[in-house]
Amino acid sequence: MKALVPIKRVADFNARIRVRPDGTGVDLANIKMSANPFDEIALEQAVRLREAGGVSEVIAVSIGSAQCRDVLRSALALGADRAILIRSDLTLEALAIAKLLATLVRAEGIGLAILGKQAIDDDAGQTGQMLAALLGWPQATFASSVELQGASAKVTREVDGGLQTIEVNLPAVITADLRLNTPRFVGLPAIMKAKQKPIEERDAESCGVSLGARLCVLRTEEPPTRKAGVMVKTVADLVDKLRLEAGVL
Amino acid sequence: MNEMAWSSATPSASSPSLSGLRDMAHETQFAWSDPFFLEDQLTDLERDLRNGAAAFAAECLRPRINEAYLDEVTDAGLFAEMGAAGLFGITLPEQYGGLGASHVAYGLVAREIERIDSGYRSMVSVQSSLVMHPIYAFGSEAQKQKYLPKLASGEWVGCFGLTEPDAGSDPASMTTRAEKTADGYRLNGTKTWISNAPFADVFVIWAKSEAEGGRIRGFVIEKGTPGLSAVKISGKLSLRASVTGQVSLHNVEIPEDAILPEVSGLRGPFSCLNLARYGISWGAMGAAEDCWHRARQYGLDRKQFGKPIAGTQLFQKKLADMQTEIALGLQAALRVGRLIDEDRLAPEMLSIIKRNNCSKALDIARLARDMHGGNGIHIEYAVMRHAQNLETAVTYEGTQDIHALILGRAQTGLQAFF
Repeated sequence: MKALVPIKRVADFNARIRVRPDGTGVDLANIKMSANPFDEIALEQAVRLREAGGVSEVIAVSIGSAQCRDVLRSALALGADRAILIRSDLTLEALAIAKLLATLVRAEGIGLAILGKQAIDDDAGQTGQMLAALLGWPQATFASSVELQGASAKVTREVDGGLQTIEVNLPAVITADLRLNTPRFVGLPAIMKAKQKPIEERDAESCGVSLGARLCVLRTEEPPTRKAGVMVKTVADLVDKLRLEAGVL
Repeated sequence: MNEMAWSSATPSASSPSLSGLRDMAHETQFAWSDPFFLEDQLTDLERDLRNGAAAFAAECLRPRINEAYLDEVTDAGLFAEMGAAGLFGITLPEQYGGLGASHVAYGLVAREIERIDSGYRSMVSVQSSLVMHPIYAFGSEAQKQKYLPKLASGEWVGCFGLTEPDAGSDPASMTTRAEKTADGYRLNGTKTWISNAPFADVFVIWAKSEAEGGRIRGFVIEKGTPGLSAVKISGKLSLRASVTGQVSLHNVEIPEDAILPEVSGLRGPFSCLNLARYGISWGAMGAAEDCWHRARQYGLDRKQFGKPIAGTQLFQKKLADMQTEIALGLQAALRVGRLIDEDRLAPEMLSIIKRNNCSKALDIARLARDMHGGNGIHIEYAVMRHAQNLETAVTYEGTQDIHALILGRAQTGLQAFF
């Protein structure tokens, strides 16, 4: 069974992000870019499943500009067998990404798609679910454990208030949560070997799906700055403020 | 520190036609941390290897440096971790455990390791340039197969014995001797300031061969050979995370096949030092960059007289000096790395970059210490630790003045060493 793992190139989680002065988005000039951390967790899981024998091949895919080759090379070093770059210089929304992935799933005969539960840049958290809907496959989202059992997968999900374990028939879409695994450390030898592995390139326009934007970003703004606190002189003052101003007592 | 212009976010410059010059300032955004777009001058693979080394440094080195430095302890297990990450001997062929990577990649790795601490970079330099390199370049096939893979993996630790208590800048005056015996050699002498020696499994020792009229030869000696001992030199105020020792050789009997067969004379140790000096030139810039980025951030965060101290002229002048020297030093190191990869290295090139980059890095670290005010003396701010380490970097592998004499001789034809 072939597994597909999409890798999104996003601003590094450590980077200091600034909103553009005109509010049209964030300024990515000179910002370090990396693979979306949830996608790395998804990839690590796919590689572990291949090592355990349930998956035969792990294909990493990224959608975007030529610079996405960076994150695909990291994916190959981590353990993907091959990589595909679907080139597009448009800003693509989750639905367009899901449609492109669906065409790839069909073309490559994929049996398991493992995605990060969300990307840390737009935090949309929609692509996996949309992909499952487009393919008519079952979905197991926010996975904290994945076990393949022949024609099905047993997935533990992190839900409000606890854990839920479900079984889904394969083929299926799984989205990875933070606690699914810790991606392995990739040493220099693995990076060196990854250069032998192929990165195939396709053009998004030729995939036969509509890529146009359906959403309009009205405004992007910084989170409000926290207001300074006040010092109270007595416990009575504190209780007073909690009761009258905060309304929590 | 996290806004470094990594991973090709740099906009492409417009073509350098005359008509384009006027518009260039508008089209190309200046990257303060990478003013000349060094990133664009690296291959994808070099960037990837650099990123791998940076990830290792962040995960395995940064968390332990303060304790290692304060307590003057080196974790012997670190060699195996570095080996597993592939940091040793990366320019050597794969058959001996190397990666077959470029010398530019080797320099980039040194820069990332020294961004954390010069002591850690010293550990890598010694293992790669001073131990694996001579065995690869001058050793027999049997020596290469026996030692290189285990040195690459970090299973074995290597050290390099050239300096003696009375032979520093003048290695030809060494007194360590190798007498010919029936089936090998007997060595006597003392080597000092030997990095990694207290942990070492493999000692590359340079000695005068009496049978060859005192010509300097290299010997590979294994730990446990009777008469060989290494004691730690305590009390260093610099490179405290890297262990240094004194090696004693007292009637050390070694077999004939312990000699490095392919080299004699000072050319042997000097060829090792060349590679190490090259790595130091990159490494020192890594330490300098850490100091620069920390000073800049500190100046932005620290408010005095109602405004960030980075908004003052004295502070900005220092930042500009740091940025300029680092941008120039990195370009020079990159150029020399490319020349090594093209097999066009002249050792005097290394004297220029080793001398320049180490002294500029030390100046930058001292400035950064100053810019941090009183906080700058604390270990948490790292800058004084870097400054202390760089005192060693300007001294070892050829002092500033010795490199000046090399360059003086190269342009006048007159030696001024003695």
